[in-house]
Amino acid sequence: MSYHNPPTPPRKSATFDDATMAEIRRAAATGIYDIRGGGTKRKVPHFDDLLFLGASISRYPLEGYRERCETSVTLGTRFAKKPIHLKIPITIAGMSFGALSGNAKEALGRGATLAGTSTTTGDGGMTDEERGHSQSLVYQYLPSRYGMNPKDLRRADAIEVVVGQGAKPGGGGMLLGQKISPRVAKMRNLPEGIDQRSACRHPDWTGPDDLEIKINELREITDWEKPIYVKVGGARPYYDTALAVKSGADVVVLDGMQGGTAATQDVFIENVGMPTLACIRPAVQALQDLGMHREVQLIVSGGIRSGADVAKALALGADAVAIGTAALVAIGDNDPKWEEEYRKLGSTAGAYDDWHEGKDPAGITTQDPELAQRLDPVLAGRRLANYLKVMTLEAQTIARACGKNHLHNLEPEDLCALTMEAAAMAQVPLAGTSWYPGKGSF
Amino acid sequence: MPVFDLTATPLREFNQALHDVKSGANDTAFEVVNPRGHHSVAVGIDAPVVVDVRGSVGYYCAGMNDGGTVTVHGSAGPGVAENMMSGTVVIEGDASQYAGATGRGGLLVIKGNAASRCGISMKGIDIVVHGSIGHMSAFMAQSGNLVVLGDAGEALGDSLYEARLFVRGSVKSLGADCIEKEMRPEHIEVLSGLLEKAGVTDVKPEEFKRYGSARKLYTFNIDNADAY
Ligand SMILES: Cc1cc2nc3c(=O)[nH]c(=O)nc-3n(C[C@H](O)[C@H](O)[C@H](O)COP(=O)(O)O)c2cc1C
Repeated sequence: MSYHNPPTPPRKSATFDDATMAEIRRAAATGIYDIRGGGTKRKVPHFDDLLFLGASISRYPLEGYRERCETSVTLGTRFAKKPIHLKIPITIAGMSFGALSGNAKEALGRGATLAGTSTTTGDGGMTDEERGHSQSLVYQYLPSRYGMNPKDLRRADAIEVVVGQGAKPGGGGMLLGQKISPRVAKMRNLPEGIDQRSACRHPDWTGPDDLEIKINELREITDWEKPIYVKVGGARPYYDTALAVKSGADVVVLDGMQGGTAATQDVFIENVGMPTLACIRPAVQALQDLGMHREVQLIVSGGIRSGADVAKALALGADAVAIGTAALVAIGDNDPKWEEEYRKLGSTAGAYDDWHEGKDPAGITTQDPELAQRLDPVLAGRRLANYLKVMTLEAQTIARACGKNHLHNLEPEDLCALTMEAAAMAQVPLAGTSWYPGKGSF
Repeated sequence: MPVFDLTATPLREFNQALHDVKSGANDTAFEVVNPRGHHSVAVGIDAPVVVDVRGSVGYYCAGMNDGGTVTVHGSAGPGVAENMMSGTVVIEGDASQYAGATGRGGLLVIKGNAASRCGISMKGIDIVVHGSIGHMSAFMAQSGNLVVLGDAGEALGDSLYEARLFVRGSVKSLGADCIEKEMRPEHIEVLSGLLEKAGVTDVKPEEFKRYGSARKLYTFNIDNADAY
């Protein structure tokens, strides 16, 4: 008797899916790990897994548009003589000139200024353009110290000591030769066109005791005027926050694993660090344990996209958020209008992540003058301001619905979780229950 | 000349006095007594002031100095003259780790020895050490000159960029991508100028060897993977 095998649809492995197999082939062909920009592409528990409860009989809402819902935030109230006052609790994260074009940096400064918020330099120093166009500019103090100088420290509005980034906690930076233009090379004091590595550790301090002395030095240099932030990647948020406070930080910036990067190994982006959602409560707990919540401000970043995300981060205890990727998208990154060119680069709008190659059709992650010219910094700045306004209105809409007259009055109590994972990470009850994993020690 | 006794006056007042000196001012000399290991002594100078510190200091003395002349009549803790822009810093005794780290200009002279990571990530500063230096010195050093009259510890110049290293004594080992290079006339000239500026009289530039970058790590190359 002959056995006839009936046709079955071809079935691909969940373990060896298309992306995994393509990466194995890419590695075999090149012998070098994959480097790319952006944040993690895998799905991790996130703000989408939380919902607001809204008002009901036990809570009454505020009238939309009629009753005020404040959005302002002051950063650096602990030690700085000149804290930063922002109209909205959404800041622009540090992204370097080098990774981004001069026009892109200018657009970020213009947009942030129009919206009443701050923007941040990056690994590569401060440019006159961004200083000029940013009302509030945070100057990053990074392990590489590219371009670091006391004049820029003094003309900054705040200083951010970067210990780590969510995309790569424990990793240094890289900027590949294509983007080391003459101007970038000069600012970083490096030969043109080389593949530049940035150190992963600061050259002149190691642990928290040293950091305290370092922060003190920066304060002495700037006469105790500037707020000093400490930025950490989402690794051990409770201890990192506590140690940053102990070291004398005015503000802690906490960047979860979804946080974007200009160029990092894909294996790093996808496998190191904790999701933003899982970072916030431990950090807030550390601040509360030290009696420092709201005294030392907490800025959360990594995958913030909408006013709902902002409201959720604030409800979990953050004082403000920072955005990187979303700001780039607002000014034109991965816009479908460049689809034809993304195709030529072997990608598609929405998936383009070869930012390190400097060929960005949108003119944002490039140093090529012709490509960079495609970005009109005035228009792009306007777009960013619009987007920031929409996020703010969205967050206010939610806050009013929860009966709050300031975004900072949102609380964990206003939230429930859709999944067990999110309930555990955010320590808010699973929807329809009064329990989250870990509560009551089980 | 104003004298600041750091057992009686807060450090803040002293640093503020330095920052308040306007360019073109006549009274530019300061003396610090009883520094007693204070951190951040004379940081953020941005005028041609002259500071004499009578005793030893802690971390980051003369950090980010831009134009001042600071002499420590004692030893210095970690990160002395870190990120110096211009001016001169002289340490009569020894210096701890990261001396001259990320310095972008000016001259740092250490009359004694310097510990590990001397000149780490230096970006244009000149450093002259009369004694010896510790391990991992000139790590990722980008530009400037490091001159050592004594010996150098392990992994000198690891991942070096364009800084020039001159060592008179022995080098325990070279770091990744650091190699000995030919001493050409232009190097002799630079070196003799630096020795003179650092007050070294009894030593000839010909007694030094020069080390620099092999430039093999300048572009990612799979065959160098074990060095990254
Ligand atoms: C193009 C790009 C460049 C970046 N450069 C820096 C940098 O120089 N320093 C830094 O601390 N973080 C840098 N980051 C990380 C951002 O500051 C921020 O942590 C991150 O983008 C936040 O996550 P999000 O992109 O999901 O909003 C960069 C991010 C991007 C997308």
